[in-house]
Amino acid sequence: MKPILELSNVSKRYPGFSLDKVSFSLEPGYIMGFIGPNGAGKTTTIKLIMNLIRRDQGEIRVFGLDSLQHEQEIKQRIGFVYDEGHFYENLTAAEMTRLIAPIYRHWDWDFYEKYTRLFDLPARKKLSAFSRGMKMKYALAVALSHRAELLIMDEPTSGLDPVVRSEFLDILRDVIQDERCSVLLSSHITSDLDQIADYVTLIDGGRIVFSKSKEELLEEYVLIKGERSLLDSGLRDHIVGLKESQFGFEGLITAKEEVQRLAEGRAVFARPNLEEIMLHCIRGKAQ
Amino acid sequence: MVSIDIIITNTGEVPIYQQIVEQIKGAVLRGELRPDQPLPSIRLLAKELEISVITTKRAYEELEKEGLIYTVPGKGSFVADFDESRLTESREQLVAEKLKEVLDTAELLGLGRAELRKIFERVLGDEK
Repeated sequence: MKPILELSNVSKRYPGFSLDKVSFSLEPGYIMGFIGPNGAGKTTTIKLIMNLIRRDQGEIRVFGLDSLQHEQEIKQRIGFVYDEGHFYENLTAAEMTRLIAPIYRHWDWDFYEKYTRLFDLPARKKLSAFSRGMKMKYALAVALSHRAELLIMDEPTSGLDPVVRSEFLDILRDVIQDERCSVLLSSHITSDLDQIADYVTLIDGGRIVFSKSKEELLEEYVLIKGERSLLDSGLRDHIVGLKESQFGFEGLITAKEEVQRLAEGRAVFARPNLEEIMLHCIRGKAQ
Repeated sequence: MVSIDIIITNTGEVPIYQQIVEQIKGAVLRGELRPDQPLPSIRLLAKELEISVITTKRAYEELEKEGLIYTVPGKGSFVADFDESRLTESREQLVAEKLKEVLDTAELLGLGRAELRKIFERVLGDEK
């Protein structure tokens, strides 16, 4: 299947920070989680996709089209969701929508009515009086009402309470039901992605650490805990990231069978979550 | 759409796709799912179980490999039509494997065939 979003060797240099040859791609009908610590390059990458800043090198294709040459066409079909910035705060939601709707070729007022009702959005309240969660829901309602095929969301769940977050995740699950739409979701709340991501891309220090399906990640990595003396028996070679304490160690490993043989029953194994995979991969690089 | 319950857990050692495979397989072997009955789509199943589409896709691919289901592009997946004798065979094989485990345990504990038979009779008696 043709990717809906494809980045190849995208670079951007700033004094003190650079995005270095970022490549990944996403097929239609899937949700990709984009994770990494603060300052890793998540927002810079998203801004490059949205053409809010200029890339120095590389290529970005959205719906198979070059993101610079076909910017207008692409923006018709993309939904950008974040909680601040791109709406006029002095207007009410209804006023703002009247300004936005004519921009989009495929605007659907029935959809808009449906989602504002579903999200409980007050039409007559000024956007400046909206909470973070309401602004995010409003942006999502707008994106869904112009039938966006690719939703790009920058930290949409941060600052939302667990109930709203769970509703929000349910909506995303609905969005990908028809195999046409994809979602790129940046977050440092990895538990959201444990639930809904099909693919996970980890970025750190401006470079992609991995971009894989969650299924592959959980197959590849295993969490091990054991006595520190174990580490000297050749185990270290298989460890991706390690944390030692006074009473033992915890590590992320690959090649489980080999390690199980080395550990000879002196260690316990567990399935890691995305947060543990992320922390150990980043820690491992630093060590 | 067939009505079937699939219960998955995140805590166990068994991968999620494997849990789905085993439960659908169980339903087929028990005869709860009949040949040519439609199965839920991979996307619906993923949504309802709150797991990745890739996981449900993998489970269905696995079931297809084992010949328990078949997929029609654009239509969905269905329970395969395999003959009853094979079904019986699979059932019997499943039980035979369990009995083999029991036999191994008995051997390990030093129990002979006669004692084993006695235990088996007793358990059967209890069941009644």
